Amino acid sequence: MPSLNRRAALALAAALPGLGLARADTPAGRRLVVGISQYPATLHPNIENMAAKAYVLGLAHRPITQYGPDWKLRCYLCEGLPTIENGGAVPTDRPDGKRGVDLTYAIEPGAVWGDGTPVTSQDAVFTWEVGRHPQSGVGNAEFYRRVERVTVLDDGTFTLHSSVLDFTYNAVNDFALLPAHLERPVFEADPAAYRNRTLYATAPETSGLWVGPFLVAEAVVGSHVRLVANPRWWGAKPYFEEIVVRAIENTNALENALLAGEVDMIEGTLGLSLDQALAFERRHGDGFTVLYKPGLTYEHLEPMLANPALGDLRVRQALMYGLDRDALSSQLFAGRQPVADTSLSPLDTMHSDAVVRYALDRDEAARLLDEAGWQVGSDGMRQNADGAPLELTLMTTAGNRTRELVQQWLQGEWRKIGVSVRIRNEPARVFFGETVSRRRFDGLALFAWISSPENVPRSTLHSGEIPSGANGWSGQNYAGYVNPKMDALIDALEIELDLERRRALWADLQALYAEDLPAMPLYFRADPHIWPNWLEGVEPTGHLGATTLGVESWRRKSAR
Amino acid sequence: MTGWFLRRLLGTALLVLLLSFLCYALIGLMPGDPLDLMLTADPKLTAADVVRLKAAYGLDRPLLARYLAWLAGAVRGDLGYSRLFARPVLDVLWPAFGRTLLLMGPSLALALGLALPLGVLAASRAGTVLDRVLNLAALATVAVPAFWLGLVLVVLFAVELRWLPAGGTAALGDAGVSPRHLVLPVLTLALATFGTFFRFVRAAVAESLAAGHIRTARAKGCGEAQVLWRHALPVAVLPVVTVFALHLGAVVSGALVVETVFAIQGMGRLVYDAIMGNDFNLALAALLLASAATLLANLLADLAYAWLDPRITYG
Repeated sequence: MPSLNRRAALALAAALPGLGLARADTPAGRRLVVGISQYPATLHPNIENMAAKAYVLGLAHRPITQYGPDWKLRCYLCEGLPTIENGGAVPTDRPDGKRGVDLTYAIEPGAVWGDGTPVTSQDAVFTWEVGRHPQSGVGNAEFYRRVERVTVLDDGTFTLHSSVLDFTYNAVNDFALLPAHLERPVFEADPAAYRNRTLYATAPETSGLWVGPFLVAEAVVGSHVRLVANPRWWGAKPYFEEIVVRAIENTNALENALLAGEVDMIEGTLGLSLDQALAFERRHGDGFTVLYKPGLTYEHLEPMLANPALGDLRVRQALMYGLDRDALSSQLFAGRQPVADTSLSPLDTMHSDAVVRYALDRDEAARLLDEAGWQVGSDGMRQNADGAPLELTLMTTAGNRTRELVQQWLQGEWRKIGVSVRIRNEPARVFFGETVSRRRFDGLALFAWISSPENVPRSTLHSGEIPSGANGWSGQNYAGYVNPKMDALIDALEIELDLERRRALWADLQALYAEDLPAMPLYFRADPHIWPNWLEGVEPTGHLGATTLGVESWRRKSAR
Repeated sequence: MTGWFLRRLLGTALLVLLLSFLCYALIGLMPGDPLDLMLTADPKLTAADVVRLKAAYGLDRPLLARYLAWLAGAVRGDLGYSRLFARPVLDVLWPAFGRTLLLMGPSLALALGLALPLGVLAASRAGTVLDRVLNLAALATVAVPAFWLGLVLVVLFAVELRWLPAGGTAALGDAGVSPRHLVLPVLTLALATFGTFFRFVRAAVAESLAAGHIRTARAKGCGEAQVLWRHALPVAVLPVVTVFALHLGAVVSGALVVETVFAIQGMGRLVYDAIMGNDFNLALAALLLASAATLLANLLADLAYAWLDPRITYG
């Protein structure tokens, strides 16, 4: 009778003291309403990746590890990061000649689920079982492929036996523990139906699902998630007693809700566009703090290298010399979005400045185009010896106002060096789902990559990652870039554990990237975070780790 | 009449069945499956992972097989799970349906309640300043986009004056729907619909007033009010019933733009999100509900014709 047991568990959870706080019970000053533009499709920590879910889970479900606001890996649910130096990570030799690693994690002492049940190694085993099951619907199979076995050392300590040893070996950010005492019966009843029947979907108000400073008290589909302080939270007590994450999809409506006092703050990664935020700051900047946090979202042009013109490095370099990207940043983004030289953000600890920089130089652009055989014709536009014009198709996501503005700017700038641009845009789902992923663009594709700190660009730059029908269109090297030197650098980087040697490899990779232009860098996107002047302690991360992981330091300014 | 009604009912059911297949096929044939998009967005996913996930979600089977499985489930009353919200379809659908009814019902009633007397008034004073002013106002409500009108109302009443909430259907943490939250979206929708109703009523009444039976009524000494309300309006109301019946479908299908501006999770938003997210089960259930409502509203309109005009009979 699993359903009866579950109901009994739910009833018990609902009866626990300190839960289900009514709105009226929370003093106004201890309540915070955050506006975001997306409602999480699921609150299950391991099914589907989306920013809205990560934001909510940052409040209620702490990961074992994640990058902090300083972009360094840290423990959130473990006692300390296992490293080779401290003996917590032990490299192993595998039969295929490669190296694996055994990682031993100790769960933070005192860590309990919201219903008071201790977090144990059995939860780790259960989570791994769910992740490995082919029918469970867990998206990130890569992690579960790597971890071949979990060994329980004691209630609070377990070892993950990983088949891969790379420099990110101790980052288990995607391994979010599940409460075995609640979820195991649901999972074992029908693994194929688990993704629909998990308590995270059917009864997210169950306190025992959560392991963070807040518990989900109410989840209204499409509207909001209300969270209340977890009375059993063992860490620093947050100032706020209730946080409501409210989803308002339309950003104009979101802005109005902020001005009407119906939300207190707007999250940057899921909030207003940059131009909206700049306009907002001009009009209402006195009452709010607007922080533009540059991050890892890298806007670039992906050239189709099978196109004879774009396959010529001189043409790609000429196109870069034909752009005044500093002017783009200052004119369109008020200088808030830094110009990119490579795909690695200046905030990344591995960023290198020793790369070719393409400042505006139309003479150099002209020289390169002449050299590549593209001469200026009678109409001022360039053409080759056969009289074919140098015309490029530039595609992006239709309806994305910022990208469409950038497109028009690019068209204007390149016209000045005699390059004609034809704009052809598509809805995002067609653009990404068909055109880019199937490599059906023949010119330039304007879009962004989002990555994590020190993210090795294997999927985007390695020659083995070019999508094709033969490999089921996996991989993200849409340009079709092939350079054995880049392949070697990527292969070496991934397994280099020494920080300084890795830094040197990163520097080489960035230099090669800027020289070879497998993609043409434009800028790093900045997310505009808006919060009221009375709020302090919010520290946006700039990467995929949610800002809410630091919620314990959020407070009213008067409440020191 | 009963035979005609039953035949129409059967025809409606068959049409709904046909629509269900068309909707399913159209959604299925849309480019850019979300799982393919996941493959594009997540470098850690392999093609094998996508194959596994497609199998887990039942998306690896041919479209027709999926449709037939869905139909068999629907006949048993099982509309399946929403992929977007990870809940049974009906658990997502009914609350949205309720919110849309509360939004669209009063707005239609208000629009009609304003359009009917004002349309009659304008027709009876055709060519006067009052008629011109009313016509201009009606044209303005037709010409102004609903989203712009909604935003202006929000800025005025929620942001500047703070008299009314800017969006949502109730204060956070409160269950149900609060009338205060509905004032602005209902007003927006009512104004957006008012112009259409008004112009139909005015035109129909003006035409009716020029008919022979009105001259006869006046010759018999009927007062102007009696001529208007007893003799002109009943004849004029028929085309208005048609327009109203067409709008009744929207009571179920929702108003995407207004729901978006006022952050209301109603049927309009639900259908949009479900289609864009390839949530077959949810999109299909919502679209069919809306289609069935539109067809039934037209059936009711046909019945209303016979009731309003004794000359109309159905064999």
